[in-house]
Amino acid sequence: MTNSKPVISCNNVWKLFGFAPEKYLKTLSEDRSYEEIQADGYIAGVKDVSVDVFEGEMLVIMGLSGSGKSTLLRCMSRLHDITGGTIKIDDQDIMALEEKELINLRRNKMGMVFQSFGLLPHRSVLENVAFPLEMRGQSKHDRRDRALEVIKLVGLEGREDYFPRELSGGQQQRVGIARSLAIEPDIWFLDEPFSALDPLIRREMQDEFLRLQDMLGKTIIFVTHDFDEALRLADRIAIMKDGAIEQCDTPDKIVLNPATDYVAKFTQEIDTARVVRAKTLMRAGAKKSITGVALSANATIQELARTIVNDARKEFPIEDEKGKIIGSMNRQEALDVLLGDK
Amino acid sequence: MQSLIFAKQKILNDKSILFSLLSLSILLVLAKIIGILPDFLNRMPEDVIPKYAETFDEKFNNNRDWMTSITRFFSQRLEFQLKVMAHLFYGARVHFFNPIDWVSLIFPATAFVYFIDGRKIASVTASIITISAILFTFFIGDENQLTLMWLFLGLSAVGCIYTFVKHGFLSPMIILGIVSIYAIILNGYKLGPLPWSSIAATAAVIGYYLGGWRLALLGGGTFIWTALIGQWKLAMETLSVLVVAAPISFIIGLLLGIAAWKFAKFDKFLRPLLSVLQTLPFFTYLLPAVIFFKVGPTAGAMATIIYAIPPMILMTTLGLKKVSPEIVEAGKMAGCSRWQMLSKVYIPAARTELLVGLNQVIMLCLAMVVLTAFIGMPGLGAKLLAMMNSFKLGRSFEIGVTIVLVAVMLDRLSKAWVVKQPVHFERGAPWWERHFFLLAAVVAFFGFLLFSMEVQFADQIGRKQHFSKGKEIDGLIKGFLDIDGVQAVTGWLRWFLITKVLIPFRDTLLWVPTSSFILFITVFSLWLGGKKPAIYAFLFFCFVASTGWWDRSVITLYTVISAVVLAMLIGLPMAIWAARSDKWSRRILLFCDTAQTFPSFIYLLPAIMLFGINDVAVIFSILIFTLVPLVRYTVEGLRGVPPEMTEAADMAGASRFQKLINVQLPLALPTMAVGFNQAIMFAFFMVIIAAFIGTQDLGQELQRTLAGTDLGKNFVLGLCVSLMALTFDQTIMSWTEKRKKALGLK
Repeated sequence: MTNSKPVISCNNVWKLFGFAPEKYLKTLSEDRSYEEIQADGYIAGVKDVSVDVFEGEMLVIMGLSGSGKSTLLRCMSRLHDITGGTIKIDDQDIMALEEKELINLRRNKMGMVFQSFGLLPHRSVLENVAFPLEMRGQSKHDRRDRALEVIKLVGLEGREDYFPRELSGGQQQRVGIARSLAIEPDIWFLDEPFSALDPLIRREMQDEFLRLQDMLGKTIIFVTHDFDEALRLADRIAIMKDGAIEQCDTPDKIVLNPATDYVAKFTQEIDTARVVRAKTLMRAGAKKSITGVALSANATIQELARTIVNDARKEFPIEDEKGKIIGSMNRQEALDVLLGDK
Repeated sequence: MQSLIFAKQKILNDKSILFSLLSLSILLVLAKIIGILPDFLNRMPEDVIPKYAETFDEKFNNNRDWMTSITRFFSQRLEFQLKVMAHLFYGARVHFFNPIDWVSLIFPATAFVYFIDGRKIASVTASIITISAILFTFFIGDENQLTLMWLFLGLSAVGCIYTFVKHGFLSPMIILGIVSIYAIILNGYKLGPLPWSSIAATAAVIGYYLGGWRLALLGGGTFIWTALIGQWKLAMETLSVLVVAAPISFIIGLLLGIAAWKFAKFDKFLRPLLSVLQTLPFFTYLLPAVIFFKVGPTAGAMATIIYAIPPMILMTTLGLKKVSPEIVEAGKMAGCSRWQMLSKVYIPAARTELLVGLNQVIMLCLAMVVLTAFIGMPGLGAKLLAMMNSFKLGRSFEIGVTIVLVAVMLDRLSKAWVVKQPVHFERGAPWWERHFFLLAAVVAFFGFLLFSMEVQFADQIGRKQHFSKGKEIDGLIKGFLDIDGVQAVTGWLRWFLITKVLIPFRDTLLWVPTSSFILFITVFSLWLGGKKPAIYAFLFFCFVASTGWWDRSVITLYTVISAVVLAMLIGLPMAIWAARSDKWSRRILLFCDTAQTFPSFIYLLPAIMLFGINDVAVIFSILIFTLVPLVRYTVEGLRGVPPEMTEAADMAGASRFQKLINVQLPLALPTMAVGFNQAIMFAFFMVIIAAFIGTQDLGQELQRTLAGTDLGKNFVLGLCVSLMALTFDQTIMSWTEKRKKALGLK
């Protein structure tokens, strides 16, 4: 799934809020804590963050409010200018871009979805979705065709002429999603897209989102404060606190090995078996001795629970999507995960 | 801990300053009583008063020529627009034509098309044609201008029709229509005056579109009343200025507002200027207009335009700042250029505030157009002034009703536009359904136009045909005022107020030594508002003292204070009582909302009717004018107290009175203070207008300057009023801010 080449590459990124932050950053010693910086009169929105996002990958940035997750996202899209470090998109340093180049980058490569939708209230659904296309000067017919296509994709057919205030929250966010997809972006930023929705709709939208992602395979930066949502969607999760990344890894690894106490607080309440997949517990290499029905590498331990409990084999063979045996899983380890003993 | 001690010390310091200043001012008063006060502390000696006015006049006269030549350029363009509107509305003749006027029309029209549609094709073709038209007109000479104009119109028509057919854009066609009307009028064909029935019908359709049957009735009804009562021409004289002044104010205010929002430095420079402009008495707007633009509609329109700009600037900056950050970010992520951000994201998203600004512009313009009667603007205001001068109360009353109706109509329609939200049509709705109201308006307009060609009554209402009952009402009102009971009440009130309250109060204020007066005001500001307002108060009043107009300023202040205090005595109990029930709150608020739209001039009417021409009438007119904001904000403040707080008071077993004193009033006070502040500002505004009744204050002097060319004196007097008003404004608003913060309301 991951490619060796990162689409977005952040190196020691800093974003400080306050008076003349660049100057302050230069004098800043490395081990200064968030609170100490705050005492100096600055807010560290993003604190020395280095992270790469690979093509077709979904990176979920998770953190509580004020942890700097949205700020980091806005740095990547250069809605904020960073104070220090570099952010490269396709090997191009985005801080070096002229205004015109930046506009071009956004017009052709980026799409973004906002927490409170950010729809233009005076424009109909169709006009909202076509807005980015209009900005880059596409002809009326072209943008209408494309907009209708994406509106259909997000399931809002027949509502093209409605105005945002005539739609429910979930529908409004569908418009937001359609708008962000209209230009066929390579990179898709989502800033807590489902936080403003009620739980049932949120669930539905997550499913919808996974369906879209399956179809489109974009590079995605997804911000959320909801750990369950992060586990459900992410290829990798970056957990943030006080502007810094505490841990950045795949969901099952985070659940199995939380790097800090802070991360552990989140994972405590999580049912590990729902997150950990067979391939995580798998030892690679097909052994002849292990026989019987193979288990799917991508299935979670909970999905395999019945087999693991009922089947008395010591080791289970594990197969990939194509049905090829790629390794084996120890039953006892799987049972430990299932029963919450880790 | 340290900071706590420091804070304590600071409070102690403030208090000690307060007391020392207060005792100093009392000492000065005592010194005067004993008779040991040196003269220069009692009143500023004549010979040290700087000659502000003379210096200003001298400077002005030196630069007068180039300034007038610039303003003349603008006034001529304005005059052209006014003439065309005057022709359409009441059939005035248009007899001059200057190619530059032509351009002055096409240019904003083109800009407008671009702004609304954002499509270059229409605007680029139009501007190319415009530029070539200008060049041609300069080379061809006067006699060929009209030919050229037709050529130009023909070309733009081709362009507009092309864009309509090819892209389906309607707005160039609408512009073309408007421009054609101008062309026809300029060619000497008679288009106006438009029949009253057409205007009334169109207004009704617009009213229905914006707010259903009620507004349709209001829109149509106002015009029908105006026509039937025989005031059509007067009303149209007023409205023809309004339709020119309001859009210009709106656009200038919008542009300046955008600039202030974009450039912080400009904003900083503009803000103090705006607060002075907003408190400057309207006579100060009038005189420069008269000097630069001569007496008449053009000067009036110019004063009106400038007068209405400040609130539009403020609303624009406010609206643009309030656009939600997510919408801004959405715009940026969509790859908007700066211009696209402004025109496609910021301005449409700030629609509500901009339209509220438009509403304010319209209302201020109307108020000012009525007031410009003082410099010879014909129309409703001038007629009202003449009728009041000759004490024809019946006719005055009828004109008053017309002005009120027009004001309420304009206010309600523009407010309805603020809340009007776009609604979608079902897919496949035919074009006539999508443009139903546009069509209905066009049909109504032309239908009645044709109808009035046949039926004279629907076109113009002749001298003998109207239904004015001026004489009868006159008799009725005078009869009512002659009833002994009424006479006794008003007579007693007049006697009591003048001899027992007003004159003693005024004399006391005038007796107080200037130095002590200034100190006292400073103490008041310090106590209420804090250090900054106190410094301002001190400086402002020192300036007023140094102009040599101290006594008159004190009389102005006395009038304002007495009127506001009386208004409070009446208004507060009324508001507190009304706030107790939902029904009455709603009624009172609706009444206040409506009363607030009346042009201030109207408030003179009942005052003169009841009390004749004297100080009590002045106070009374200010009183009813200031009652409106006082009552309104008190009711809103009391109603705005969070229910859980009053419930908590109820559960604590508070009696109604205890609840009011301990819970509701303290929480409502910041809001009430805003109303109080507005009342004082209104009073300062009204006291100047009351010069018409006959006062001895600054307003009277200001009114006198209108007859001459004492621009310097006019400015100095205006500044005196403005600075006194600003002192109160600064102090009260600073208190409100502090209080709101302390209560956690903000």
